[in-house]
Order: sequence, then C-alpha cells, then structure tokens
Amino acid sequence: MSKAFTPVAFIVLALFALAPAVVAWAPFEQTMGLVQKIFYYHVPSAMLMFISAFVCGIASAVYLFKRSAAADRLALAAGELVVLFGLIVMVTGPLWGRKAWGVWWQWDAKLTSALLLWMIFIAYLMVRRFGGPGSEKLGGAMAVFGMANVPFVYVSSMYWRTLHPAPTVVPTLQPGMRGAFYFCVTAFVGLYVLLLTVRRRIGEHEAEVERLHLALED
Amino acid sequence: MKSRVSILIVMLVVFGAMTLSAQQPGSSTPPDGFVPVNAAPQVDQLPAAPMVIAAYAFVWVALVVYVWFLWRRLAKVERELADLNRRIQTR
Repeated sequence: MSKAFTPVAFIVLALFALAPAVVAWAPFEQTMGLVQKIFYYHVPSAMLMFISAFVCGIASAVYLFKRSAAADRLALAAGELVVLFGLIVMVTGPLWGRKAWGVWWQWDAKLTSALLLWMIFIAYLMVRRFGGPGSEKLGGAMAVFGMANVPFVYVSSMYWRTLHPAPTVVPTLQPGMRGAFYFCVTAFVGLYVLLLTVRRRIGEHEAEVERLHLALED
Repeated sequence: MKSRVSILIVMLVVFGAMTLSAQQPGSSTPPDGFVPVNAAPQVDQLPAAPMVIAAYAFVWVALVVYVWFLWRRLAKVERELADLNRRIQTR
C-alpha cells in the first residue's frame, strides 16, 4: 500500500473520533430537534452509496468494453461499499423517520427507489459470489443498470410527493450546521477512499494467488 | 301533501340542530369515542435520544465490523501469497 495510507488512516480515525463532538455542538433544528442530528451520518452515507454506485457502474462498463481485470476488481470493491453504506442509510433513515414522520417506512418514490438501488447491488454481490464462470459479465451489466438508477433516486423527491426532504436541503444549511455536515462528509469520504484501497488490494492479492496456484499446477 | 313536506322540513331542522349541538366543543355531555387533543401527552411522546444513539451506534458498529472483516481477509490472503511464493522458490 502507498506511503500515504497510514497518515490518511490516522487523520480519518481522528475525524471520526471528533465527529460526535462536532455534531453535538451543531445547532438543533427548529422542528425536529435532537433527532435531526442523524442527518450528519445519514446524508454522507447516502452520498457515498451514490458515488460508489457510479464507481462500480463505470468500472463495470470499462470491464465490459475493454476486459480490464483491474477495472473489474475496482467494480467489485465499490459494489461491496455500495451495500455497506446502503445498509447504514437503510437503518439510520427509519430511525430518523420514526421520530420525525411517525412511521418507520413509507413506500414513496424516494425510499422505494433507494431500497431498489441497494437491493440491485446486493444482487450484484451475490451474482459475483455464487454466479460461477461468466459472473463478471453478468454482474457488470447489473452494476451498469444499478448506476443508471442513481439519478432517479436523487431526483425522486423533487418530482414526486414524498415524506423525504428534497436534496436542496444541503445547499441551504445554516453556517453552524454546514460546518458540522462537511466535517462529517470529509470523514466519510476519507474512510471510503481507505476502504476502497484496501478492498482493491485484497482483490489484487486474490488474483495473484490464483495465478500462482495455476503456475504451481503447471 | 303540504303537511307531509312541512313535517319533513321540521324533522330535518330538529335532527340538524341535535347533530350540531352534539359537535359543539362546549357541550356538557361527555363524548363516547376518542377525544382529540392537539398534542400528545408529554409522557407518551417518542423520545429522540434513543433513536439518535441507536443510529450513531449502528454506524460505528457496521464500520468497525467491516474494517475487521477486511483486516482478516487481507491477512489471510497475504499469508496465502507468502506461502505460495515460498513453495515456488523451493521448487
């Protein structure tokens, strides 16, 4: 791994250690009060779920057109992270919604399309894990389809009536909230880069192990 | 015919008045069904703190478990790689 990995890992760890204090110091929202603080972890996780879906989709498209093994490994690493950050979104969202809206879940356009996106990438990982020979191509096509779903999830709360607030909330954040939010975004993006690097590294090692096994058999 | 219409009008007025008086908030008779209030009693309101704590705890646990999972997997594959390299060198 590169020399920058360890210092970046320490910085990300420090950011995560400080994040609860930063969130606690951020002002309360007038209507929702304390429960709105879930926003500071929920939204960065959702952002990374979307970014990771794009990384997975684009890398899969590169693999499908150019047969690049490195692109396939990147796609698999990013696909795993879509599921991880999607899980965080799917758990923290209902906890927030139960208090703010009075319901754990609502089958509206935003929530349903986000759930669908998450399930597409769970299916992607299952195809990659259990699909057997040729699962890279099938999985690649699924990842491209999953990536195409991201813009619909993003704009769904702007075009359909949903309980979920529109994404225009973030640019209109008040200064106290904005600082805490971007602090958490920085921590999450740093963590994402680290996890993607390690997961890619594992993929490279696994490919090397497979190559050496074949070399030993010959 | 006129008398029947008159009786019908009188009955409608009487029943209408009874219905309206039953809906008056200042009515002295207590209602039988649910009593609406503008806000839930303080003790029954869902507290926010457990939701926030659960959300943050879940995020931390999910991330730590995933990092641990990656760590183990990386260590295992590096061990396997070193073992294979050693076997190839000794051939």
